[in-house]
Amino acid sequence: MTQVTHRELQPGVWLRTVHTNKFKSAFLSVTLMAPLEAETAGANALLPSVLRRGSAAHPDMESLSAALDELYGGAIEPVVRQRGETQCVGLVASVLDDAYTLGGEKILEPAAALLGELLLDPCTEDGAFRADYVAGEKANLLDRIRGQINDKRTYATHRLKQLMCREEQFGVDKLGDAQQVEAITPAGLWDRYRQLLRDAQIELYYCGSAEPERVEAALRPILSKLPVNPDRVDPDCEIRISAGPEPQLVTEAMDVTQGKLAMGFRTGGVTCWEEDYPALVMCNAVFGGTTLSKLFMNVREKLSLCYYASSSLERMKGLLLVSSGIEFQNEETAKKEILAQLEAIRRGEIEDWELEGARRTLIGGYRAALDEQGRQEEFWLGQAAAGLETPPETLCAQLETVTREQITAVAKKLELDTIYFLKGKEA
Amino acid sequence: MEKLEFPQVGEVMYHQVLENGASVFVFPKPEFQKGFAFFATNYGGMDMRFCLDGQWHDTPAGVAHYLEHKMFDTKEGNALQELAANGASPNAFTSSAITGYYFESTEKFEENLKILLSFVSVPWFTQESVDKEQGIIGQEIRMIEDNPEWKVFTNLMEALYENHPIRVNVAGSVESISHITADTLYACHKAFYDPANMVLCVAGNVDPEAICAAAREILPKEAGPIAQKDYGAPEPPHAARAELVTEMEVSTPMFQLGCKGDAPERGLSGLRQELVGELAMEALVGTSSPLYAKLYQAGLINASFGYGYDSYPGCAFLYAGGESKDPAAVKQAVLDEAARLVREGIDAGLWSRLKKGLYGSQVRGLNSFDNLCVSQAQAFFAGRNLLDFAALFDQLEKEEAETMLARWATPERTALSIVRPKGGAALD
Repeated sequence: MTQVTHRELQPGVWLRTVHTNKFKSAFLSVTLMAPLEAETAGANALLPSVLRRGSAAHPDMESLSAALDELYGGAIEPVVRQRGETQCVGLVASVLDDAYTLGGEKILEPAAALLGELLLDPCTEDGAFRADYVAGEKANLLDRIRGQINDKRTYATHRLKQLMCREEQFGVDKLGDAQQVEAITPAGLWDRYRQLLRDAQIELYYCGSAEPERVEAALRPILSKLPVNPDRVDPDCEIRISAGPEPQLVTEAMDVTQGKLAMGFRTGGVTCWEEDYPALVMCNAVFGGTTLSKLFMNVREKLSLCYYASSSLERMKGLLLVSSGIEFQNEETAKKEILAQLEAIRRGEIEDWELEGARRTLIGGYRAALDEQGRQEEFWLGQAAAGLETPPETLCAQLETVTREQITAVAKKLELDTIYFLKGKEA
Repeated sequence: MEKLEFPQVGEVMYHQVLENGASVFVFPKPEFQKGFAFFATNYGGMDMRFCLDGQWHDTPAGVAHYLEHKMFDTKEGNALQELAANGASPNAFTSSAITGYYFESTEKFEENLKILLSFVSVPWFTQESVDKEQGIIGQEIRMIEDNPEWKVFTNLMEALYENHPIRVNVAGSVESISHITADTLYACHKAFYDPANMVLCVAGNVDPEAICAAAREILPKEAGPIAQKDYGAPEPPHAARAELVTEMEVSTPMFQLGCKGDAPERGLSGLRQELVGELAMEALVGTSSPLYAKLYQAGLINASFGYGYDSYPGCAFLYAGGESKDPAAVKQAVLDEAARLVREGIDAGLWSRLKKGLYGSQVRGLNSFDNLCVSQAQAFFAGRNLLDFAALFDQLEKEEAETMLARWATPERTALSIVRPKGGAALD
């Protein structure tokens, strides 16, 4: 049986434990949640990678890797994630569950200690981060920022979000801006680090076979080094109900063989906090969220216009984003077809198999997420960022009752805000 | 059914060969909600030339992948939609060696399993429906052609191999697939989708006997002939060419470095070669190796760096790659380090840590039903079981890795594939 607990251990510092015996590994993470802001995004994003370079006790990659090998090939990775207008930076660890060690040794305690050490006892020089580590990770982060053009499918959606929300925090790149990252100094990063430890909401997470009490005891040493602050900042998320009077159209050219069409809609204020959110989830699934969806069945299967055409939700921000890869000359045809499919939903033209198929696929997906440690952690991080406690089972129950009329009603609220097209360069 | 227990890694596996020759493997997982089923044929992108009923066939590049797309067509419509309507997430992939169809579902598992077994066994397409797929697959090919990570890897295969069809793209090209007809697809299905050439692997909260019963009910009753494959002229030991460079819209140069190995044997010796290969790469460039720290520190590699051992019938290779300002310098450093390890030997403490690390990673990997089922199918086609690895670990000696590096990690056997930023941006 799986048991989930969520407790505030200190003001603004939370521990979620998911107690289960079904996995071969234990999953641990620590996440600092801060408002996504242009001024701090780059430094926040840089931080976990610099922390991952070494602690006072394990000051370089070789000693850290050796320690992880001793934990049976445990992995600790720096991560930067975005949930709404919250930037989530931290470390995620996956280690062998104690039940499977060859000598019966315990892994949770040393793994938690190592994680805590990396977060709170970093390798320093002259009262700040080591200059060579900062320089090295800056170069890597800059590569990542510039490398966002490498995957054109993700890049097109990324550009769409940037253009659509250029006046909102949401449009700030979670990795930061190249110029700002260039300017980060070891001392500046150290200040940002101290501020984050003091002001950010902190979410600790564990999933594995250990009892919650044992997990708390293992993480206690981490907490003892954190400053106590009753006013840790709870990040907000601005929601714009309407798109502009006319959709914004942006076309860019690159040397590519396939065009990427991305279309962004505002959901008319429907977000994960609203009562009609389950209807929006269903609407997205019917529209472009599954292989049964209108976009897949029509734009791909019927008209053979593309290999992929799908839609996704930004549930805190209230956005629905369509993404498709097409021949350059099919831009207008594809755009028209995508909008025509949305119109069909607005007219209530949803067959029973489309409705039930979307429902079964969604519910199956949420349930299956409980069977994977990574997906489960992603889910709970999203809930933490949104300040929600509802488990996936609750959303499943709500999805069971969504009607065609509710989907149609929510589809009518969608407003097209921005169209982005990535085309090839003229020969 | 035969029950195999692997207590050290907490797994139980049921196995049955059906009367028609199909093999069934089941991993019962009573604590999980979802079930995962993987149904695969020992036929992939590299099996272009084959002999069936005494007749040799030369099929266009990309035909196995094309067939995979068309198998979802059924008399009633489309199996993808039928499964999705039941809440299952279905998909399929074609690799160089195998084609696999799978779904994950938390409801109606047996019903979904029957749909899977049925649509993969019964081809149902017309010239018209085959022609229509040209557009979709053409777009898929264009999409992957724009993917630099894919490009840098396929170019490495082209550089390493002279004759072996691993050098040919699994999806083919827009040109090669234009020659595919309904007849080609029916011939390939007949040649390779016979039950005796297939394996079903299932993990989840399921009853193994019920899985076998479903397979007996749906699959063809009799085994037919299986085609004989031809991988072309024997492959020389050295790399076909030392370097292959291409330009794309990327921000930083990407590279893949490969050392051509010896073709793996079937059975446990092939698995031993795989584990030794993985450990050799850990010792050479792995995250715990001295060279990794040096290259990372020098900014010559970054977090995108990856490495390992890979094998297909008739070929095996070591690889390492990622983004780098100077791929040629990385290549030289790797070859130098290999020579040093051969000369001085791998540090015994490092070796035992690496073994512990790889063991733990392999056990953690068993969490994933996809990995469990897909890897078991691949292991089965290679004449072994996935979980055989647990018993082998104790026996692996560092001398085996040193011998492998001495033989494989040499300049003659090494090739470097690079994707450079368009416009000839200077490498600094």
